[in-house]
Amino acid sequence: MFPLYKRRRMVQTQVVAGGMENDMSEQKDIYILAVESSCDETAASVVKNGRHVLSNVISSQIELHKLYGGVVPEIASRKHIEKINQVIEEALEQAEVTLEDLDAIGVTYGPGLVGALLVGVAEAKAISYARKLPLVGVHHIEGHISANYIENPDLEPPFICLVVSGGHTHLVRVRDYGDYEILGRTRDDAAGEAFDKVARAIGLGYPGGPKIDKLSKEGNPEAISFPRAKIADSPYDFSFSGVKSAVLNYLNSCQMKGQAVNRADVAASFQKAVCDVLVEHAMLAMEACGGDKLAIAGGVASNSTLREAFAKACKERGVRFYHPSPVLCTDNAAMIGAAAYYEYQKGVRHGWDLNAVPNLKLGER
Amino acid sequence: MKVLALDSSGLTASAAVVEDDGINSSLLAEYTVNYKKTHSQTLLPMLDEIAGMIELDLNTLDAIAVAAGPGSFTGLRIGSATAKGLGLALDKPLVHIPTVDALAYNLYGTDRIICPLMDARRNQVYTGIYEFEGNRLKVLEPQMAVGIEEIAKKLCALGREVIFLGDGVPVYRHKLTEILMAGQKFSFAPGHVSRQRAGAVGMLALQYVREGRTETASAHRPDYLRLPQAERERAEREAESHG
Repeated sequence: MFPLYKRRRMVQTQVVAGGMENDMSEQKDIYILAVESSCDETAASVVKNGRHVLSNVISSQIELHKLYGGVVPEIASRKHIEKINQVIEEALEQAEVTLEDLDAIGVTYGPGLVGALLVGVAEAKAISYARKLPLVGVHHIEGHISANYIENPDLEPPFICLVVSGGHTHLVRVRDYGDYEILGRTRDDAAGEAFDKVARAIGLGYPGGPKIDKLSKEGNPEAISFPRAKIADSPYDFSFSGVKSAVLNYLNSCQMKGQAVNRADVAASFQKAVCDVLVEHAMLAMEACGGDKLAIAGGVASNSTLREAFAKACKERGVRFYHPSPVLCTDNAAMIGAAAYYEYQKGVRHGWDLNAVPNLKLGER
Repeated sequence: MKVLALDSSGLTASAAVVEDDGINSSLLAEYTVNYKKTHSQTLLPMLDEIAGMIELDLNTLDAIAVAAGPGSFTGLRIGSATAKGLGLALDKPLVHIPTVDALAYNLYGTDRIICPLMDARRNQVYTGIYEFEGNRLKVLEPQMAVGIEEIAKKLCALGREVIFLGDGVPVYRHKLTEILMAGQKFSFAPGHVSRQRAGAVGMLALQYVREGRTETASAHRPDYLRLPQAERERAEREAESHG
């Protein structure tokens, strides 16, 4: 048991440059406890003023789901309920705050697996109800975008953000905090999903992203020509089922011909095809929307080839390129705390009837 | 002693506050809705409503009780996560009440055998066999997931008068009537005591707390009585490949 109520944060008296103590007109620090359980990570975090992460605790279930080659919703939900209190208590402990120090609770309420989301939502609602704290429901993608604020104090909207993960591929114009315009999205598989499927096909296992990234370093990205899909009339939309099928067809035809498959070349060529499309569409959006800031987010944003490709393309165009550290790319609660802060400041409050919304749209309330 | 109780294991959602002074017990408030299965949206507002009506200071609670399974997997987790969140926020222990036990407790004092039936799908019921011995609920067969024929067989073997209740009754009433032997007496409980009620969960919890049978909010997890489908199928595949 953690002594949640015994330890109070030391009251700090800040001293400004002139040596005078801060008076009451100085803005009060806002502490938010954030909870995330939309897929297979149970996570909690305490974030101060939206950008200062005091703790970021993640209990990953990846090892468990590896046995099944992907996330099993019922197993994920069961693990969330087992771990959630422990994860929250650890987040408070590491941040050296108690529930009394908090100003609000933020929680992911969609999109994601409904049973998994419900655990975090019910838990967060109960805590905020019992402690009379404001409740702020957060969109998972908004969390991913906001991960960029944490390590980049200078980043402010407007900017363009590409969110790429196992469940999502969105090209978003961030007009202001909490104000989003979706420019493009995938028509079929998410980019990360394509990585997982191709990884399985070449025997790398789950999760595929990091494994393909690693193996690609030994392969030739120009060895095999895989298609780069374009959607007529929707220059910003994506499609990854075609490139995935092309890889599967290539593997089949090699097998029929009795040719050996160079897995590293397949991985590198596939990865290049996906990265090319992501970069190209994002750059099109930059040109059309103007601005000089581009961010990436989501689990696939930790892919090293994708980062390099974006860094190069941005540099050529004089665009500032932002990306979170890998731990803030994959699902975490710090990013939910960052997003919740800006929603909280805008006055967003959710009621005790907040529900999990598995197909929640970005910008919807 | 004061206990908050929740039950969202089935179609019914229910919240209650009970108390006792060691001699007299009372149900301070209970809110039970058997309408649509939207427990995620309704359970906490229901609790908020009754807490307001009885001017409940949550800090005066001694424990949070929850019907912890079996039941709808998602429903159980809504109840458990709510209880765990309250327990964490208030620093109170949890009481894990078996859902079927609490259903049986609705029929306090009957001299008949009590057999709750919850529709568990896949041609099974969550059930158990109970009787009252003095003022205590005695478990003859602990809660289980079985086919209706199997529980009927156990009841026939006992040869005593049975009273059925639960959301499995409308599903299996006809079949039960067919299976149970002619001459065996049985009846079905009326509506006001035939579904999950948090009041019954709370009353059982008062006994549990007095006996020290509580757990930490952190350690609490529902008792599903069933493995996830994916895990079951994997076990079957492995059994086949080894068999």
